[in-house]
Amino acid sequence: MQDASGAVVAFEHVTKRYPGSDAPAVDNLTLTVPAGEICVLVGPSGCGKTTSMKMVNRLIEPTGGRITIGGEDIMSLPAVELRRRIGYVIQQVGLFPHLTIGENTAVVPKLLRWKADRTRKRTDELLDIVGLDPARYRDRYPNELSGGERQRVGVARALAADPPVMLMDEPFGAVDPIRRDGLQNEFLRLQSRVRKTIIFVTHDVDEAIKMGDRIAILQRGGILAQYDTPAAILANPASEFVERFVGADRGLKRLSMGRVRDLDHIEPVIVRSGEDRAEIRKRLDRSDELTFALLVDDDNRPLGWIDQHDLRGDGPIDPGAATPGAPTVEPESTLRDALSAMLGSSVQLGVVVDERGRVAGLVSVDAIGERLRAPVRGVDGELHEVGEADATS
Amino acid sequence: MSDGEGPIRIGWIVDRLDLLGELLRDHVILTVLAVVIGLIISFGLALAIRGSPRLYGPIIGVSGTLYAIPSIALFSLLIPITGVSIVTAEIALVSYTLLILIRNIVEGLNGVPPEAIEAANGMGYTRTQRLLRVELPLALPVIVAGLRIATVTTVGLVTVTALIGLGGLGYLIVNLGILRGSSPFAATAIYTGVALAVALAVFADLALLALQRALTPWARRRSA
Ligand SMILES: Nc1ncnc2c1ncn2[C@@H]1O[C@H](COP(=O)(O)OP(=O)(O)O)[C@@H](O)[C@H]1O
Ligand SMILES: [Mg+2]
Repeated sequence: MQDASGAVVAFEHVTKRYPGSDAPAVDNLTLTVPAGEICVLVGPSGCGKTTSMKMVNRLIEPTGGRITIGGEDIMSLPAVELRRRIGYVIQQVGLFPHLTIGENTAVVPKLLRWKADRTRKRTDELLDIVGLDPARYRDRYPNELSGGERQRVGVARALAADPPVMLMDEPFGAVDPIRRDGLQNEFLRLQSRVRKTIIFVTHDVDEAIKMGDRIAILQRGGILAQYDTPAAILANPASEFVERFVGADRGLKRLSMGRVRDLDHIEPVIVRSGEDRAEIRKRLDRSDELTFALLVDDDNRPLGWIDQHDLRGDGPIDPGAATPGAPTVEPESTLRDALSAMLGSSVQLGVVVDERGRVAGLVSVDAIGERLRAPVRGVDGELHEVGEADATS
Repeated sequence: MSDGEGPIRIGWIVDRLDLLGELLRDHVILTVLAVVIGLIISFGLALAIRGSPRLYGPIIGVSGTLYAIPSIALFSLLIPITGVSIVTAEIALVSYTLLILIRNIVEGLNGVPPEAIEAANGMGYTRTQRLLRVELPLALPVIVAGLRIATVTTVGLVTVTALIGLGGLGYLIVNLGILRGSSPFAATAIYTGVALAVALAVFADLALLALQRALTPWARRRSA
């Protein structure tokens, strides 16, 4: 991982009242986004997410408080110069229909009067980064591209002058769910390379959990309801509003966030065809947790469970004795998928296998339950007990 | 064919090619002048309307009224002020272009996708950069459509300015045609004048269309 190229963005008591409206759209918002992290602003429609975001590049001027980027007040620069240093991606993408993909990508470098060959090199590099072959796409017009391709060009355009900060307003909102998932993954991979400070607006709590290093949940009137890591918000919602907003299935959402690699593994009792039954019985007796042995093939791939019943008597075990159907999970599987696989089998254990299908350990349903009860790290960097009341709310 | 046969006297035309050339040139000059001045004024007014939309009603009202005044009446109103001059002709011709041009420029600018404007603001365009690099290029097809109508209309109207001695091809129709109804060449003069004026209008229309196509390659290509 590269050093963060992003800069800290800080809201300090920021308020926005639109003319002719008594109630503020954003009310005394204070939060700090560390350099190189994605902060997702999430909340129901009309809660002030877009307003909060647009105050950062001064498309909307705050009526109170101040915003700093890298410690510098955003009012210290002319608005257009500030905007050229901040990437901007919107739901409707807003590519310029009369410019080619290359020209669209080069918009900010051109405003900054970069030399032509530098701009050209950067444009090709960016199209490459977002997965569009420059030779194929550079000279096309936006109306010749699919929605997903256009959205990628939108991201490339926002990254063109290598801004430390990016603002993204529902960037994947107009893409169908299947493609959205792909674009999200792609964007997270890209972010792990470029490490921008990103303010990402969505109304979708699942997208917030997936994309955010931290999440700011806003409620109507632009009030910050909770600001924490996704794990901490799911484990300890700060208020009834947050609890309702994240959904009754927040336990399942926590399962979707956890990975099998985070669980404590149990050492299996490994058995190969032809081993002596009495010997296996002895090894099983020595294990506190297991009443089953795992039969594997010559390559260490699981074949099935051997239980006490199969081990009666003496002599070598034969492969036909195993009960097939040991559920296998991978270290990268979500706890949700793992649990689902384990609940579907008679033995509530999952066999963790590596990328070649070889046994790496066992995980139990109990371990998943323990994981959900384990303390969670919050934005303050501290571990918090699950269910612990949030002092800040 | 000899001069004695039919209503069209080819010989008469051939003898006057120099005159026809001059009249055609004058016609083009009067037209181009009127359309260019009209375009400049219309741009100014359209931008004023964009600044304060309340102006739209009054400006369209006035240019609509100008458009409705019969051309001969407008000349008679102007002659006491500006005399029998090219100024009189141009004032009249320009005022007929305004309604169409203002309407199309305003409509063209209003038709720019809001997300393109939003993106331009977010990227850090100044207002002028946004107007010149985003809004005008995107409004171009609608503006050129107005320009084509204004040009074709003006080519037709220029013939009427012959009534004050500035007709371009109208000289053939009015002075050598209608006013000399008894002459054996009157019909030839009228037909020649009309044919050249129509040809000029068609040519100008197609030329502007070609120009627009060349300037807006993005508007034609569609996704496969
Ligand atoms: N330009 C504006 N003028 C007046 N009120 C506005 C304007 N933009 C947004 N609002 C109001 O401010 C509130 C927050 O809007 P917005 O930030 O767009 O919410 P969100 O992005 O969370 O849906 C809403 O009540 C909205 O009606
Ligand atoms: Mg919004």
